[in-house]
Amino acid sequence: MKKRVWVNLVMAILVAGLFLTASCAKKTIVSDATTIEDQEKAKLEADAKAAAEAAAKAKADQITQQKLEDEIAREKAQKAARILAAKQLFENQDIHFEYDSSDLSEIAKAGLKEKAAWLKNNVSLMITIEGHCDERGTTEYNLALGDRRANTAKNYLVNLGVSASRLNTISYGEEKPLDSAMTEAAYKINRRAHFVIN
Amino acid sequence: MVSFKMNKRYYSRAMANKILLHIFFVFLGGHLIFLAPAYSRDYDYINVTNPFLKKTPVAVTDFKPFNGNAQEINIGKTAKAILKEALDFTGYLKIMNPVAFLSNPAESGIQLGEINFRDWTAIGADLLITGGIIETDGKITLKLRLFDTFNAKLLVGKIYTGPESQVRQMIHLFCSEISYQLTGKWGIFNSKIAFVSTVNGNKEIFSCDFDGRNIKQVTRHKSISLSPSWSSDGQWLAYVSYAKGKPDIFIKNIEEKRGSIINYKGMNISPDWMPGQQKLAAALSFSGDQEIYLLSIKGEIIKRVTNSWGIDVSPEFSPDGKKIVFTSKRTGTPQIYIKDLESKNAQRITFKGKNNTSPAWSPDGRKIVYVGIEENNIDIFVMDINSGMPVQLTMNAGDNEDPSWSPDGSMLTFTSTREAGVSRIFVMNASGSDPRRLLRLAGKQTQPDWSK
Repeated sequence: MKKRVWVNLVMAILVAGLFLTASCAKKTIVSDATTIEDQEKAKLEADAKAAAEAAAKAKADQITQQKLEDEIAREKAQKAARILAAKQLFENQDIHFEYDSSDLSEIAKAGLKEKAAWLKNNVSLMITIEGHCDERGTTEYNLALGDRRANTAKNYLVNLGVSASRLNTISYGEEKPLDSAMTEAAYKINRRAHFVIN
Repeated sequence: MVSFKMNKRYYSRAMANKILLHIFFVFLGGHLIFLAPAYSRDYDYINVTNPFLKKTPVAVTDFKPFNGNAQEINIGKTAKAILKEALDFTGYLKIMNPVAFLSNPAESGIQLGEINFRDWTAIGADLLITGGIIETDGKITLKLRLFDTFNAKLLVGKIYTGPESQVRQMIHLFCSEISYQLTGKWGIFNSKIAFVSTVNGNKEIFSCDFDGRNIKQVTRHKSISLSPSWSSDGQWLAYVSYAKGKPDIFIKNIEEKRGSIINYKGMNISPDWMPGQQKLAAALSFSGDQEIYLLSIKGEIIKRVTNSWGIDVSPEFSPDGKKIVFTSKRTGTPQIYIKDLESKNAQRITFKGKNNTSPAWSPDGRKIVYVGIEENNIDIFVMDINSGMPVQLTMNAGDNEDPSWSPDGSMLTFTSTREAGVSRIFVMNASGSDPRRLLRLAGKQTQPDWSK
């Protein structure tokens, strides 16, 4: 019997709950004033947001422009670096010779062709061609051999159309080795024509 | 009949050096001892060019201090040491150990008549040198005698007087007399050697006495300076320097501030003086080709000497000045050639090896010394011009370059890397024997040139 009373009670609560739920829905419809207040607030918020967005956009625009200027500067620097690299390549890439020889190998000729092309694109530059030898051979003979190597390189450039008046030569013989080791590898890099932009 | 003989050059240089030495003949029993000029010419005791030369033993005795004071004794000791060192340097004399001596001329007498020659022949001394020293008022007088012990003969007797500072020069003058008496040549004792040495990474020209002493820095270009060459009177040095940016020839008077620069376009290198003339031969490349020219001391071209496409370099005059020996690559490898200045043809003299350079003509005109390179071995060779046979003088002792003859032809100076791989100046006898380091100096030394 007591159990039945509990079931009825639960049922009563559930029904009451149903009514309560129904009354809540009805309440939403009647609270219009509150809604208007909320809308005004939202509008303010939206305005603030728009202003913030505008500010952010302005800032972004500024950043973009800054970035472009940096890019121009970087490109300039890169171009200068490319010119410098080309200059350095011109100066650092030596033409090499066989032992006791001032003849130009195919590799040496190819290197001189590159140099001639570059010199024609940089007509204002004056060049000194240094002739060097490995340390084998006597001092005086090597001075003459270095002189010959520098002249051979010069004449080849002149034949490729570079003005002779832009090309100075000097022999250092065996006085300025790049590597003073007494090895074939050292001798090989020391037998060279070296190019200097004046 | 005069015993005091000096060739013109020797005499003039001694004068130029302002050596005020009073030279007297030695009196003996009131008579002048004359050494006839013909004597030394008829018979030379020593042939310095003989490659099988055996050293002649010589006894050098203590100097007799005439007043017996401490100064005489001390300077006498120094003078004797200088004498022994100089004679030993010649390479043809063997200085005997005094332990073997049986008598002491410093006590028993230094003159002929006071010497018991048997004491000297008994110990194997072929030659005997006695000395006396007198000090008066700061002036030093040296009485020096050279005896032939087997013939009991005075060969040279000289008295020199001067301040103490000139003792070394007095001894060297006496050595020149000894040399002339024994070899018929004045020898090396008045000669100098110019060379290149590194200084703070630069190369400068230096000079020193024949024995490596009295080292002086000649140039201060702070650049690369190379290839010094003495004029035959020893008054001028020609050398190459990059002081003005490229290899030019600098001509410098040793005593006075005079000189000139030869700076044609291209290289101006390897100068050599024409004997007895103020003219030079040098290699210039202003034409685009490395050719040898004859130049005035001011650099005016007198004539072009070589005329072949390819390297021509390193001219050296024959002693008579009529020919040059030089290096040429006209046949594809560097070889040694001889050319008469007046004729067109050059005669090749080296046929062995693929790299022969740096020739120098012997003072007697008969031989050429040069550098040959084979399989990375750089060595010095000498060739008799008539026979054409090369003889190797250095072997298995580093790189050896830049040979230059002593003025009497008895020795050669050269550069060698035999000591720890560093370039140093050496001397050796003309036959290649007795190689020894000439001097000790910081840095690397190369390209010695012995004065004529």
